[in-house]
Amino acid sequence: MSSENGSKKDVLLEVKGLKMYFPITKGIIIQRKIADIKAVDGVSFSIKHGETLGLVGESGCGKSTTGRAILQLYRPTAGSVLFEGVELTEMKGETLRRQRREMQMIFQDPYASLNPRLTVGNIVGEPLEVHNLAKGKERQERVQELLKLVGLNPYFVNRYPHEFSGGQRQRIGIARSLAVNPKFIVADEPISALDVSIQAQIVNLLEDLQSSLGLTYLFIAHDLSMVRHISDRIAVMYLGKLVELTDHIALYEEPLHPYTQALLSAVPIPDPYIEEKRQRIVLEGDVPSPTNPPSGCNFRTRCPRAMDICAEKDPEWKNMGTPENEHWVACHLY
Amino acid sequence: MAALLEVKGLKTQFFTQDGVVHAVNGISYKLHEGETLAIVGESGSGKSVGVMSLIRLIPQPPGKIVAGEVWFDGRDLMALTDDEVRQVRGNRIAMIFQDPMTSLNPVLTIGQQIMEALQLHLGMDKSQARQRAIELLEMVGIPGAASRLDSYPHQYSGGMRQRVMIAMGLSCNPQLLIADEPTTALDVTIQAQIVDLVQGLKEQIGMAIIWITHDLGVVAGLAERVIVMYAGHIVEEAEVHELYEEPHHPYTLGLLRSVPRLDMGKSKRLIPIDGLPPDLIDLPPGCPFAPRCQYRTEKCTQEAPPIDATSPTRRVACWNWENVVADIKEGGIYV
Ligand SMILES: Nc1ncnc2c1ncn2[C@@H]1O[C@H](COP(=O)(O)OP(=O)(O)OP(=O)(O)O)[C@@H](O)[C@H]1O
Ligand SMILES: Nc1ncnc2c1ncn2[C@@H]1O[C@H](COP(=O)(O)OP(=O)(O)OP(=O)(O)O)[C@@H](O)[C@H]1O
Ligand SMILES: [Mg+2]
Ligand SMILES: [Mg+2]
Repeated sequence: MSSENGSKKDVLLEVKGLKMYFPITKGIIIQRKIADIKAVDGVSFSIKHGETLGLVGESGCGKSTTGRAILQLYRPTAGSVLFEGVELTEMKGETLRRQRREMQMIFQDPYASLNPRLTVGNIVGEPLEVHNLAKGKERQERVQELLKLVGLNPYFVNRYPHEFSGGQRQRIGIARSLAVNPKFIVADEPISALDVSIQAQIVNLLEDLQSSLGLTYLFIAHDLSMVRHISDRIAVMYLGKLVELTDHIALYEEPLHPYTQALLSAVPIPDPYIEEKRQRIVLEGDVPSPTNPPSGCNFRTRCPRAMDICAEKDPEWKNMGTPENEHWVACHLY
Repeated sequence: MAALLEVKGLKTQFFTQDGVVHAVNGISYKLHEGETLAIVGESGSGKSVGVMSLIRLIPQPPGKIVAGEVWFDGRDLMALTDDEVRQVRGNRIAMIFQDPMTSLNPVLTIGQQIMEALQLHLGMDKSQARQRAIELLEMVGIPGAASRLDSYPHQYSGGMRQRVMIAMGLSCNPQLLIADEPTTALDVTIQAQIVDLVQGLKEQIGMAIIWITHDLGVVAGLAERVIVMYAGHIVEEAEVHELYEEPHHPYTLGLLRSVPRLDMGKSKRLIPIDGLPPDLIDLPPGCPFAPRCQYRTEKCTQEAPPIDATSPTRRVACWNWENVVADIKEGGIYV
């Protein structure tokens, strides 16, 4: 998409036609592929330097898979991922390993993502060792500096993950991902497992780190209120595809896609007067299986505004905004 | 109006290797017939243990209900025999949980599970039970109910399984439905479906509901009254409109401020509640929220505030709630 506007220089990451299929196989001795789970099925977007792109959508729509395929933790089935103009999908071995320093991931579950047998110091310091960035005393100092950066007491280095609360563990995970001075971070639901009163602490921390270190984020979440708070632009995903992408104001003020409209109308608002008057767009049924998605527009089976053409043709990914204020949508209504 | 449920001084503890976990620390409240009460609070605040204690579903040991009375429809549930409590649980009080998969038996069809309850509790024969099961599934909005009766739980989606749990809960026409975070594991669009469904059923059937959640947004659209819990205490209780218009407890105010609102302009910075919830084995003296509280005074760290009525419909446990109210009057909730 950004190739259409001349500002290529500020683009850090460009994803084009990204597909990630997982094969379903049958048979014990001779494995035959019988179908594909189309987890990500042709996704294109770009992220500018210092920007936060939010990625939202319901469970199983392919958000995490998109993040992993970008970082080459999964090798994409098709498509291109350009990081600072360099193609990642063809990169291998040492080159890829070195490239990974620039791109890190923060995970949803602060309990499962930290090795319980390592001290905080070793968890945070490990990437420094792996990438030969610092050893011995220098490493120790860097670890303490990182702990301070994420609001933890540097004196915690010798403690183990189980001695910390969920929010503190998430801070440890963030410190670890920052150890190698990355430019780009995929934050995969970094606050979903935390208590409401702790979520704001972590979101503020991520925002502070972004402005002090100039980080670029892909922020994956299903909480639309929080996504709007932290994102500059937001992409909405449904069943492996993007349905809409625009800035955080337009998405909430004039959502174009019927799915985005339904999603927004379902978010509860902490005000009983508003809730009493609210008209919800209630979606019928469930999300179809990514193995056998509906023909044409894959949202049509639940869409309150589906037309005949929706079953026949896949809607085009169109910019309904202006070249300056892009508003991308994939829907036959437009 | 007489209360359907009255809880008096309920106290539940867990006796563990590390010490005594003070999970529920003397809570009292009432619930009227047909009323919806929400209990909110963060993880570990005692919401689940509090309601499980009502129907005596606490694992014992390590748990123990150490004090309290639970008056339900004229009887103290704490004084009943195990058999009598089981009767109440099956017939009069229904419960649905956060994860419907763990409450459904994976090797029985959905139909078998609903019918079993109907045959056991209401003495229906097989064909009556089957007919009623279809009606119940239709009532909770399962399309093609008759043909889906013979499916197994894994063939249903998460939202459908939660509908089945609700159908089973309603099968015996309970007077009270206890829903423990029934939508937390579901997507927002499915959550909206379930909330709408329960609202509709409530109007139809007229049962009372206790809805446990940590999401203040869900509460706003659902409840008539709200109880806010912190570290095993009720810190505030109010009618739903009052609570959101003018929270009295610093913790409630902090919760409202720390979440961005979809209907408001993008806030510059979130206002978190600093610090962490207390360790329930080693509770601080005084108010449990004091270490994190902006309104803390010396008294707060020495003496726990009792929960006192501030109006006929409201209660709050805070020495300085009037300062909270004064601040809101001056600057609003969302600063
Ligand atoms: N390693 C894998 N092998 C096979 N299928 C997978 C794998 N990872 C993901 N999938 C499938 O791909 C689809 C997308 O999954 P993904 O985890 O990306 O969703 P998500 O949007 O992150 O969902 P959630 O909000 O629940 O985290 C799902 O149908 C999932 O079951
Ligand atoms: N079987 C048990 N043994 C020991 N402690 C327990 C047990 N069950 C609960 N607790 C403790 O009791 C306290 C209250 O737990 P409870 O499950 O009521 O919290 P909750 O408010 O429902 O939290 P959540 O939102 O996470 O469900 C917690 O500190 C918990 O660790
Ligand atoms: Mg995911
Ligand atoms: Mg609970």
